[in-house]
Amino acid sequence: MQYMMLICGKETDVLPPDEQAALIADTEEWVKEMDGRGVRRIGNRLRLTEAATTVRVREGETLLSDGPFAETKEQILGFDLIECADLEEALEVASRHPSARHGSIEVRPLWPFDEED
Amino acid sequence: MAAAFRAEWGRVVATLIRVTGDWDLAEECAQEAFARALETWPVDGVPRGPGAWLTTTARNHALNRLRRGATETAKLRELTAMSGPPETPDPPDVSGVPDDRLRLIFTCCHPALPLDARVALTLRTLLGLSTAEIARAFLVSEPAMGQRIVRAKRKIRQAGIPYRVPPAHLLPERTASVLGVVYLLFNEGYAASGGADPIRGGLCAEAIRLARVLRDLMPDEPEAAGLLALLLLQDSRRDARQDAAGDLVPLEEQDRDRWDRAAVAEGAALLDAALRRAAPGPYQVQAAIAACHATARRAEDTDWPQIAALYDRLLVLTPSPVVRLNRAVAIAMAEGPEAALPLLDDLEADLPGYHLLPATRADLLRRLNRPDEAAAFYRQALALARAEPDRRFLARRLADLGPVD
Repeated sequence: MQYMMLICGKETDVLPPDEQAALIADTEEWVKEMDGRGVRRIGNRLRLTEAATTVRVREGETLLSDGPFAETKEQILGFDLIECADLEEALEVASRHPSARHGSIEVRPLWPFDEED
Repeated sequence: MAAAFRAEWGRVVATLIRVTGDWDLAEECAQEAFARALETWPVDGVPRGPGAWLTTTARNHALNRLRRGATETAKLRELTAMSGPPETPDPPDVSGVPDDRLRLIFTCCHPALPLDARVALTLRTLLGLSTAEIARAFLVSEPAMGQRIVRAKRKIRQAGIPYRVPPAHLLPERTASVLGVVYLLFNEGYAASGGADPIRGGLCAEAIRLARVLRDLMPDEPEAAGLLALLLLQDSRRDARQDAAGDLVPLEEQDRDRWDRAAVAEGAALLDAALRRAAPGPYQVQAAIAACHATARRAEDTDWPQIAALYDRLLVLTPSPVVRLNRAVAIAMAEGPEAALPLLDDLEADLPGYHLLPATRADLLRRLNRPDEAAAFYRQALALARAEPDRRFLARRLADLGPVD
């Protein structure tokens, strides 16, 4: 199964330089490990929500709004698409991502187009 | 026959889920098998292995359903492989069939499911309660409970929660989740026992039944035995903890002749055997506390220093403000109320709005012969308590103080 890991946190949080450097190093380590395991398909960080545009179409009209869809305390900061045997493995992979310690990671199964409900 | 049905339901459903991978189909086919048993057993007699008969009948029904569907070839192949020739009248030996109920309960109690859904799903699939019964037990409408169960099954399927016993490194944490569901179920029934609806009180019996299944399925897990012991020891007081008017009777005022001696004996024996494994956990320690109460012939015989020492251990295992409050009560009994008052001061910030904190303080002050202060804290507790029996108990204690300023 494929799962999307949505890396969530407060984009306004600024870590002290040494913690920031450690987070980057730990994340690179995680990427290397999960690429090696063949679990990680693709992943990246995202630009800040100020660069986001939300698209909605209502009654045939395309509505664009500046910023993320919902104003929440946390934002999606990055993502990784992973391929795992089941949720158990996906949760194990996500729990080892360094950002799970700072923010949170939402694990969502992909919904292939040939599958109903 | 009804009891036999309930005992076999979980086993049949658990196996059918493993074989078909389809929770709804599993339940439907189990239902079909039980209906057929109701028709044929009274005529032909109960078969030699009733459980195996039910599982085989349900499996054959699933096979027919899938055959008619004819699309799910993979499932069909798997079914045929495990069932041998279909429609065998006398099923083969059951001893070789693994008990799938452990997979079922770990899946039902997976922490990726919301807690209320774990409880509902366990009652439905493992214990065979109807959606209507579960809805009544948890005081929600039947459609709402049905939705809760449907959503939980959907999440299991869509999120890919595996149908298996967790691997060793996850087992302690997941076992705690399973035992927690059972304990929640028991407390839900315990809080309601003697109430208008016997089904709510019946949750205690269901929790004990479930705890028995777990103890049998996890013979090497002393906490499973500890939980069963705890439930039996607490439930032994069921008939004595309410008076004729339905009011709560505090432990020290209960008629101990009305305690269920058989339940106490079984709980104590289970606890002894569990403790010999030298891996104490929170349920064993709580059972040990319950056993101290259950084995005291009179309230004044209670070994309070031992109970206080057990709360010390419980606090290490599960540091929670409620455990600290109970420990303070035990220390008050063991060493006197003065020793416990400062412990309550420390709890003010951690238990805001919890009526048992001012109620406990009022009780200590009453015993220290400081009725005016006691009355003020009973009133504070009354303002916070919501359950009617709790409120009546506090009002009675307040009235017993006599006239105060």
